[in-house]
Amino acid sequence: MSINRKGIEVSIGAADAVAMADVDVIAAYPITPQTHIVEHLSEIVARGDLDAEFIPVESEHSAMSVCCGASAVGARTFTCTSSQGLALMNEIVFIAPCMRLPIVMILANRSLSGPLSIWNDHSDVMSIRDCGWIQVFTENGQDVFDHVFFAFRVAENPQVSLPVIVNMDGFILTHMIEAIEYWEPEMVRRYLPEFKPVNRLHPDKPVTMGAFGMPNIFTEAKKAQNEALLSSKVEILRAWKEMGDITGRYYKPVESYQADDAETVFLTMGSLSETVSIAVDRLRAQGKAVGQIKLRLWRPFPFEEFRLAVKNVKKIIVLDRALSFGGPGGPVASEIRAALYGEQNMPVVANFVAGLAGRDVTVNDYIAMYEKAEPFAKGKVRQDDYIIYGVRE
Amino acid sequence: MEPLNVYASRLITKEEYFAPGHRSCQGCAEALAVRLVAKVLGNNVVVCAATGCMEIVSSPLPFTNWRVPWLHVAFENTGATLSGAEAGFRVLIRKGRLADKKTVFLGMGGDGATADIGLQALSGAFERGHDFVYVCYDNEAYMNTGIQRSSSTPFGATTTTSPSGKAKPTGQVTWKKNMPKIAVAHNIPYVATACSSYPIDLMEKVKKAAAKKGPAYVHILSVCPTGWRIPPDRAIWIGRLAVETGVFPLYEVEDGKYKITQEVDELRPVQEYLKPQGRFRHLTPEMIETIQERVTQDYKKLKTMTGKFNTPDKV
Repeated sequence: MSINRKGIEVSIGAADAVAMADVDVIAAYPITPQTHIVEHLSEIVARGDLDAEFIPVESEHSAMSVCCGASAVGARTFTCTSSQGLALMNEIVFIAPCMRLPIVMILANRSLSGPLSIWNDHSDVMSIRDCGWIQVFTENGQDVFDHVFFAFRVAENPQVSLPVIVNMDGFILTHMIEAIEYWEPEMVRRYLPEFKPVNRLHPDKPVTMGAFGMPNIFTEAKKAQNEALLSSKVEILRAWKEMGDITGRYYKPVESYQADDAETVFLTMGSLSETVSIAVDRLRAQGKAVGQIKLRLWRPFPFEEFRLAVKNVKKIIVLDRALSFGGPGGPVASEIRAALYGEQNMPVVANFVAGLAGRDVTVNDYIAMYEKAEPFAKGKVRQDDYIIYGVRE
Repeated sequence: MEPLNVYASRLITKEEYFAPGHRSCQGCAEALAVRLVAKVLGNNVVVCAATGCMEIVSSPLPFTNWRVPWLHVAFENTGATLSGAEAGFRVLIRKGRLADKKTVFLGMGGDGATADIGLQALSGAFERGHDFVYVCYDNEAYMNTGIQRSSSTPFGATTTTSPSGKAKPTGQVTWKKNMPKIAVAHNIPYVATACSSYPIDLMEKVKKAAAKKGPAYVHILSVCPTGWRIPPDRAIWIGRLAVETGVFPLYEVEDGKYKITQEVDELRPVQEYLKPQGRFRHLTPEMIETIQERVTQDYKKLKTMTGKFNTPDKV
C-alpha cells in the first residue's frame, strides 16, 4: 500500500474526504470556523471534480432542513456548521435522528454566544448532547479525515440509519496544517458502499415520513429511537475495526495513554488530548503514576469501555470545555460521575473547566491542574465541586 | 359558464391521493383544496408539508391519508426540505441512480408556515430556483393552534390574539400581507391565486404551475368555518363572495405577466362577504367603509397590472 501523505490544512483535508466519499448533496451556510470546509467543497463541485448539488442556503436552519429532504429521497448528504449555526438548526437536529436520516455533519466546535466569540470550546456540542445523533470527537487532522468515511459508513449502515456528528475543534484543528495520509480511491470504495436507504421518498413506493405521535405511541417511538442509538455501537465498533484493517489505524470508543498502571488519569476529548499526553510524559518523568483516557465516542456513551478503562484508577481529572450554569460542573464530568456511580472503588473525579473560547491550555497548565487536584480525596469532593481553571482575578 | 363546469368536472380523476378519513373539521375548504391539488398532480409527486392543520389531520402515526410520498419535518422549513428533496432527485438522476420520471415536487403549508415563520426558507427556495410547486393554503390565521392572528389575517378580523375590545375595537389592525406579490418579486415563472370555491380555475392553475420549470407559487384562499365563525355548509359560498366582492381576486402572474382569471364585472359590496362571518361581527359601518375603500383601491391597482409585465428587467 502506497502512502499518500500531504501537509494540508485540516479543513481542506476534511473537504477532500467528503468529496472522496462521493457525497450527493451538500447544504451549508457560512460560519467561522467552519467556512474553509464548505468553501473548498464548493470549489471542488465548481471544478467538476465532484458531481453533487451544493446548496448555498439562507440559514443553518435551512441547511439542516435541506439535508433532511435530500436524505429522505436517498441522497448521501453532508453539512457543516459551528456554534450559533448549530444553535439555529437545533430544532431540526433533534428531528433528523427520529426520522432515521443518515446525515453527516462536521461540527467545527466553537463557543456559544454570549459574549460573542468565534473561538473554540465545546459549549456548542454540549447543547445538543441529547439530540440522538451518533457523536464522535477527533484529536488531529488524520482523525478528522478518517472519520468522514467512518461517519458515512456508520450513518448509512441499514442496521444503524442514524445521523452522525464528527466534532473537530475550531481553529485548533480547522485552521491547522497537518500531515494527513490520504486514502486511495480503492480504499474508499472498499470501506464505503453505495448508500441504499432503508426507506426512500419516491413515487414508486409511497411512504409517509414525519407523521406526528399521539401520547399512545410517542413513548414507543422514542424507546425505539433510543434502542437504535444504543445498538448502533456494534456497527460503530465494526466500522472502526474494518477501518483499522484498511488503514492500520485502529480507533476505539475510549482510548488510553500510559493508563495501565496509572493512579491518576486525565480525561480529555478532542484536540486537547495531544497536549495532555505531553504533560503525562513530564509527570511520568517525575515519577508520578499518571495516564490519560480519551473519550472518542460521546454518543452512544461507551459505559462498558469507560468503566473498564478506569477500573484500577484512583482519580480522574476531567477536563470540561463547557459550563453547566448552576449545575454540577462541566457536562462531561457530570456524565463521568454518573457512569461511575455505584461502582466498587469508585474513583475520585476532579473537574476542571478550561480552554473556554480558545483560551490556551498549555502543558504547564495540566501539570498545575494535577497538583491542584492532589488534595481531592474520597469524602472530600462532591458532585458540584469544580474549578474554572485559569481565571484572572 | 355553468354547463361547462358541469362537463369539466367529469374530466377530473376519481382517484383520491389525499385519502378520505382524515380528521379535518366539517366544511373545511382547505382539505377540499388539498384534495383537488393532489388530484391534479396525480401519483408522480413528492410532497413536503409544513406543520399545521393539514399535517395533523392527515398523519397521526401510524396512520396516513397520503397515497403519495409525503414528508413532514417542521413548521418553518418546507421551502428547505422541498429544496433538498428536489436537489436530491436531480443529482441521483444525473448520477444514474434514479430513473428520470419527471416527478413533481409539491410544497404545502398554511398562511403561518408560508407568510410568517416559513417566509425565509421559502424565499431562499424561490431565489435558488429549485423546480417545485409551492401551495399556500391560506385560512387567514393559525387555526391549528386555536385561531391566533397571522400576518395573513385580514384587517378587522377577530382572532384569539386579535380580539375586539373596548380599548381596541377593530380586531386585527394590520392589513393582510400580500404574499403573492412577495412571490412575484422573486421573478419566479408562475404565481397564482385560487380558491376551492372555483375548483376548475384552481386545478388549471396547479397544472400550469407544475408544467413550469422552476419555482411556482399558488396561493389558495381556504375558507375555515371553525375560525371564521360560519356554518360548515357555507364555506363554498363564502369563498365565492370573497372573489365576487374583490376581497380575494383570482389572478395569475405568468412569466411576470398579470392576468385576472375570474373577471368580476361589478364588485359586490364587501359587506356581503363580511356580514355572514362571526369574525367580522363587531365591525362598525365606518370600519366596513374603510375595508371597502381599501378593497376597491387594491382591485383597481390589480386591474392596472393586467396585461403588463411585473418588472421592467424581465422579458
